[in-house]
Amino acid sequence: MTLLPALPIVVPLAGAVLCMLLRKNIAAQKAIALATSFLILLVSLVIMAQTKDGTIAVMHVGGWRAPLGITLAIDMLSSVMLLLVGLLAVGVSVYTLFDLDAPRTRFGFYPLMLILLMGVNGAFVTGDLFNLYVWFEVLLIASFILLALGGEKPQLEGSIKYVALNLLSSALVLAGIGVLYGMAGTLNMAELAHVVQQGERGGLVTMVAVMFMMAFGIKCGMFPLYFWLPASYPTPPAAVTALFSGLLTKVGVYSLIRVFTLVFSTDPEFLHALILWGAGLTMVSGVLAAAAQYEIRKILAVHIVSQIGYIVMGLGLFTQLALTGTIVYLIHVIIVKTNLFLVAGAIKRIKGTYELRALGGLYKEKPGLSILFIISAMSLAGVPPLSGFFAKLTLIIAGLRMESWAIVATALGVSLLTLYSMTKIWAYAFWKPAPEPLPDLDPMPRAKWLAFLSPMIAFTVITIALGVCAGPVFDYADAAAGQLMDPEIYIGAVLGGAD
Amino acid sequence: MTSIIFRTATRYMFPPMLVFSAYVLLRGHHYPGGGFVGGLFAGSAFSLYALAFSVAEARHILRMDPRDVTAAGLAVALLSGLPPLFSRHAFLTGTWWALPLPSGATLDIGTPLIFDIGVYFVVFGVLLTFVFSLGEE
Amino acid sequence: MEVVLAIVIGALYGGGLYLMMRRNLIQLIIGLGLLSHGANLLIFTAGGLRGDVAPILAEGATKFAVTPADPLPQALILTAIVISFAVTAFALVLFLRTYQTVGTDDVDEMKETDT
Repeated sequence: MTLLPALPIVVPLAGAVLCMLLRKNIAAQKAIALATSFLILLVSLVIMAQTKDGTIAVMHVGGWRAPLGITLAIDMLSSVMLLLVGLLAVGVSVYTLFDLDAPRTRFGFYPLMLILLMGVNGAFVTGDLFNLYVWFEVLLIASFILLALGGEKPQLEGSIKYVALNLLSSALVLAGIGVLYGMAGTLNMAELAHVVQQGERGGLVTMVAVMFMMAFGIKCGMFPLYFWLPASYPTPPAAVTALFSGLLTKVGVYSLIRVFTLVFSTDPEFLHALILWGAGLTMVSGVLAAAAQYEIRKILAVHIVSQIGYIVMGLGLFTQLALTGTIVYLIHVIIVKTNLFLVAGAIKRIKGTYELRALGGLYKEKPGLSILFIISAMSLAGVPPLSGFFAKLTLIIAGLRMESWAIVATALGVSLLTLYSMTKIWAYAFWKPAPEPLPDLDPMPRAKWLAFLSPMIAFTVITIALGVCAGPVFDYADAAAGQLMDPEIYIGAVLGGAD
Repeated sequence: MTSIIFRTATRYMFPPMLVFSAYVLLRGHHYPGGGFVGGLFAGSAFSLYALAFSVAEARHILRMDPRDVTAAGLAVALLSGLPPLFSRHAFLTGTWWALPLPSGATLDIGTPLIFDIGVYFVVFGVLLTFVFSLGEE
Repeated sequence: MEVVLAIVIGALYGGGLYLMMRRNLIQLIIGLGLLSHGANLLIFTAGGLRGDVAPILAEGATKFAVTPADPLPQALILTAIVISFAVTAFALVLFLRTYQTVGTDDVDEMKETDT
């Protein structure tokens, strides 16, 4: 079918247009957003069914063949990312049915969310470097507005830092694109890879690679470029933060993986070693910063940084096993982190605060919510048999095989500190008695409460399933990593394949 | 910003600017021009009007909310990608139809033109959304 | 020509980064603008400054008589300009709102989110 690879972009765009046309009708917007999210999930499942045997779905937009036109190419990594976007979209849409204030909905939360999803999906399916930049800008503009929507003082201050640093990184991407085009005469990633592999311009390639590393490093929150993240992520409502933490930094990570496995894979002694250093420092600085926080949302936000470190670690090690670990970790962390933010949102919903010192006794009051939290938190820390354990184990085995003792030691130590942060939230918010009893701000009937919790229940079930049925997940990730390690497959599919 | 010269000049310049924006839009397929520039022209006509009179009056003569215009433009641009699918071509492939005119000549209408019209309205709507929200402070 | 453009690009980048590091919001925005102009000009220069004719074949011809200009960098720059236009417009609105809510345009005063 000729339209399939474009559907992840077209579906959310169509949903956004419908939502914008029905600007006044909030109920219709909610229905459209929910339907669109399910449709995105469905499309991603169909795409996954087509690509899971290792074929790369390629589409030449407008009939302009590669390398002249813009190519969409979906390999196994892209299609698993699309699936995660679908899951997240459904989860967050359901959550917002219950917990999103009216002014935000009126001001266009749903169209913006769908445009954000379009940008994210576009970045995952595109095979063209400049097109990647364009999708980045699409999702950035949507995220700028989502972040600032509501206009509270901390939100606006956070937005300024977010906007300034992300635009700086976009300018860097653009400059890198310019130099690459001057060098190779193309921006199609497959052909770029081909040209770089011929390899006469080693020094220039390394320089551009570092530019891209900086630019995507800012976007994904790598050390020492992550300062915008703790300033901005904890400021908007939980639904928005959940969406951001699951998707935005992960697009940065995806771009790093794509570019540094496909195009800049010729000089791993320097480039990937640099990434590995960045990964280690990212883990440590993120987890240490989180240890000092006493607000649930801030702890979780700062932890995003440290999780990025783990994901990037696999790329830095640059073996098939390490990339397998990276992919499993990506799947794991997107699900778990989003879930944790949603749980935090639920706590705020019933208690009105994120402050650990003010909270307490939630375990007695809401045992269901507590179980949802503790499973995700333990999974994040890497307690067996949950998803995080296997992901971390793979990365550590990969590190041991490469004899990179320092990164292995760092990963293990950071894991312990993550456990510390998670038990801190557990002990303060759920376990200890409340310093002053906080009333339940929004007592819901049981059925509504269950419906409110349903996305979190679903995500928790997925987390457990990822751990219990780790086998198929690993087979898939291993095959995807195999595709990444052999750029010839991608190049052949894009440049040589039939329409 | 309420000088009488500026207001009178705006009154006279407003219609030609809109006509010119349509001209630039239609010219765009083979020559410099197109939806983006055309949309900017039309948007600046309304911005000028908002400067000379007031944002409220500019909104009044626009009759629609600029955000609706943006949405309509996006819808048009999106729909322009669909026709090639019916002839089993890739999404967004340029497709042309020849309309016979009464005079005997034919008029070529293509999906790129429809796409450009969508872009025109998107740019117009987005520009005015920003200008109006800045001007209403 | 390349040398002149290289100097201009350097000046744009230098000026842009300098302004971004100032404490004033308006200077931050102008700095971002200069930076994106610098990047656009870099694409233009790196894409090769050759050819004075438009890359449109004459009717019936199959080859260019003289090397034409490369259209792709121009298309890229056009796209980038459009994007930076939208982003700058949004940033202006955001900065104005921030100025009204926070009551200052000094970036150093915005410490609410720093702890």
